[in-house]
Amino acid sequence: MTQKDSEIMATKKKDLMKDVEASSLRAEKLAFAVGDTVNVHTRILEGEKERIQIFTGVVIATRGSGTRELFTVRRIVGGEGVERTFPTNSPKIAKLEVVRHGKVRRAKLFYLRDRLGKATRLTERRPNKKEEAAKA
Amino acid sequence: MQVIAMSVGLLGRKVGMTQVYIEDGSAVPVTVVELGPCTVLQLRTVERDGYAAVQLGFADKPRRLANRAERGHVAALGGKRAKARAAAGVAPVAKANCEPQRYIREFRIDALDGGGIDAGCEVGQTLTVAHLAEVSHVDIIGLNKGRGTAGVMKQHNFHGLRASHGVQRHHRAGGSIGGHGTNRGHSGKIRKGKLMAGRWGNERVTVRNIKVVRIDEANNVILLNGSVPGPIGGFVMVRQTRKKKRPQPQK
Repeated sequence: MTQKDSEIMATKKKDLMKDVEASSLRAEKLAFAVGDTVNVHTRILEGEKERIQIFTGVVIATRGSGTRELFTVRRIVGGEGVERTFPTNSPKIAKLEVVRHGKVRRAKLFYLRDRLGKATRLTERRPNKKEEAAKA
Repeated sequence: MQVIAMSVGLLGRKVGMTQVYIEDGSAVPVTVVELGPCTVLQLRTVERDGYAAVQLGFADKPRRLANRAERGHVAALGGKRAKARAAAGVAPVAKANCEPQRYIREFRIDALDGGGIDAGCEVGQTLTVAHLAEVSHVDIIGLNKGRGTAGVMKQHNFHGLRASHGVQRHHRAGGSIGGHGTNRGHSGKIRKGKLMAGRWGNERVTVRNIKVVRIDEANNVILLNGSVPGPIGGFVMVRQTRKKKRPQPQK
């Protein structure tokens, strides 16, 4: 393979992979950011019946890209920290509501794992004028 | 149009891996393989070649990189001998009239087509991934990744020797290879097939019964469940699986 050929292959690969992944991506991207408190509605199959389960917590990290993108939600249940990682583009996520925007200064909030009680609070971020305008 | 023999597969190139979501919402790991279009370059017949097969070509090769034999294989070049043969009244050999091909392989027409030897296609015809539209499982043939010189622990999963207790400079060795006169070694020689260190990989590998997840005819792409041998960009042969289904137990 010549140098040029490998370059052609690389761009081709990118395009093909994008096409393949396009069908598995969510039509409308989930609107949330790291630090937000969210309600994740997941579809759960119980025998024949499908029902919705809600997991509430703070988004502490996102990871990966394309169809493999994941986000991690942390909450405290009975004094014990529980984290669940969801595939962002999974059709099993029926809905995601943002309850509260958190003001954070980093992409991964793993420091929350070392904190208890009041120390885990995040300052609320009020939507700025630009976002308000976009919503309206 | 004739039906193309199902024992004829397709040639392609491994593009990469990702995951997609299928109907029930679960994520499936897939390998993306760019499959075809392939040009039929030659038909092997029992009368002339002793076996029936279809020779396919995949991926154009620039003419400046192809030698005369490669160019002459896909198109009539009109050389001295061709002229002499035409003058003698010999019928010209059918050519595909395409660009020189980079990857050329043959598919035997075998039992899958009921012992028939009818390939159902002509030289110059183009096969696309639509040919495999009805196929649920495939076999993949390719060259696995070359690993160079590899020791017995990496290559054959030997355990090596201990880290301490008197072992010196022999921690990753394979141990004894068998003495002469024993059944393990043999009359002063080492038994044939004894696993030892050496060149590993870059060998032909067939993986059977891989599930087809999706076929994208517009992009000439097939999505295969799980992994496929070889590096990204490596050429592979894909054909309907030869693996026979195990009879289902009666309920």
